[in-house]
Amino acid sequence: MIDWLLAPWQHPFMQHAFIAIILVGIICGATGVFVTLRGLAFLGDALSHAIFPGVVIAFILGGNFLIGAMIAALLVSIGIGAVSQSGRISNDTAVGVLFVGAFALGVALMSTQSGYVRDLNAFLFGSILGVTTYDLWLTAIVGMVVLGLMLIFRRELTMISFDRTFSRASGLNLWIYDQLFLILLALAIVISLQTVGNILVLAMLVTPAATARLLTNDLRTMIVQSSVIGALSGVTGLYVSYYQGVPSGAAVVLTSTVIFGLVFLFEPRTGAISNRVRRRLHHPHPEQDVFPDTPAI
Amino acid sequence: MTHEPIATFDREPILVARGLSVHYETRSALRDVSLDVFPEQTTSLLGPNGAGKSTLLKVFAGMVPPSHGEVRFDGHPITTATEAITYVPQRSGADWAFPISVLDATLLGLARSRSRWRPFSRKDRDQAMHALEQVRMDHLANAQIGALSGGQQQRVFLARALLSCGRVLLLDEPFTGVDVPTQEMLVALFERLRAHGTAVVYATHDLQQAAATSDHVVLLNQRIVEQGPPAKVMTGHVLRETFGGQVVVVHAPAPEHSSAPELETVAR
Repeated sequence: MIDWLLAPWQHPFMQHAFIAIILVGIICGATGVFVTLRGLAFLGDALSHAIFPGVVIAFILGGNFLIGAMIAALLVSIGIGAVSQSGRISNDTAVGVLFVGAFALGVALMSTQSGYVRDLNAFLFGSILGVTTYDLWLTAIVGMVVLGLMLIFRRELTMISFDRTFSRASGLNLWIYDQLFLILLALAIVISLQTVGNILVLAMLVTPAATARLLTNDLRTMIVQSSVIGALSGVTGLYVSYYQGVPSGAAVVLTSTVIFGLVFLFEPRTGAISNRVRRRLHHPHPEQDVFPDTPAI
Repeated sequence: MTHEPIATFDREPILVARGLSVHYETRSALRDVSLDVFPEQTTSLLGPNGAGKSTLLKVFAGMVPPSHGEVRFDGHPITTATEAITYVPQRSGADWAFPISVLDATLLGLARSRSRWRPFSRKDRDQAMHALEQVRMDHLANAQIGALSGGQQQRVFLARALLSCGRVLLLDEPFTGVDVPTQEMLVALFERLRAHGTAVVYATHDLQQAAATSDHVVLLNQRIVEQGPPAKVMTGHVLRETFGGQVVVVHAPAPEHSSAPELETVAR
């Protein structure tokens, strides 16, 4: 068993992959809590597509694609904030307009390059086995910045998620903190691109947080649990990928979906099956119930 | 008919509105409103839906800028929300599925005044518990906010406001959807706050509640129809002008020990 567990760690590329997926699991798990609580899954999905032109421009210029993606993410998140600020266009619509526009720009730019199909594939589905030491450092530093800012501004992020009217009445500038959250989310998405790819990053943001929401009613506990579930899904998924030859991004996401399913069904207090079992234990023969006031037919 | 504010108190007003108008894109919410709010005074804003009651509260809270006119707190123009003015919104503003306990939701009232580098102290928690005691919610401090009834949620909002409460407390429809014991608790709380020098301003549809609990009633329908002590201004003519349609005012003798006016029932 120990050998089975240690075997993947013999390869340096797998060591990099494990460290990367743990970092991404923790960062996306924590950020995803606010995405889930505020119902911003569409925004997460859109941002992950909208950074495509940054990746392509980095590819064309021969730069690091994480840097290109970060610059694109920051520009798009600021753009979404600015357009939705006009008041006439809802946030959701602003996201839709900018997301498809940016993605189309990326596709147009990419089509001018030879060999774009292979690189597009890496962008869409990730290439975790190609993570370099430089990528790891970049992921760790960006991750620390994201988690650090979330810790420093924890009260403001809680207030704008829980009660926006009260936040405004307390003198909070909602635009600034919405913008801060957009940037944190964009950074979390960017550093997840190489590990799980653009299509599946949404699952890293939403599924662990949704699982944690089933387990707790406390925000702090939810953030910790979501990060742990994210990292655990990542490590388990990588083992599955290593031994079964399944693409790593898909294996990681499927693992987190299975964990969600198990918690949904078997969580002791609220699980669908646990509830049924509990009802049956406390009330074993409902068919024998007699309703004295029911008139005989 | 008096449209200008009536100086009923010797001291200086804490909130002053002069010629205040608020226009949204295609409609006016408030037109030429002038009003003084004094410390140790309970003021009710009374009017039909769309009369501008909530807008006026939001202007005082620094959340909505006036289109014309000026509004001052303690002599200074209100341009943004300040800690000295606490606004309690209607219940619908919050996400009740949010994973937060009653105590933590209350502590958010201190979020702006405490260092972001440290967690809330034991003293802060004691203070939050005291605020919850005042609204009789301390026994549910650890409950999930979404598990509370509507009236209980309203009381938690009030506790949060008490925690950060400065010199003015603004409440939007505090009596709506709450049971009689909660209404009585609110009235007693307003009395205590008033005794400590706080100015309480609340919006309501409830004529009887306004008549029984306010020192000053402002009858509002985009503009001020009338303002003054309830016994003086809550007449059939003024109420008809404020609410429109047919209003029947039924008078009944006030209890001897009560300072409430003789207004018992008002029906449209």
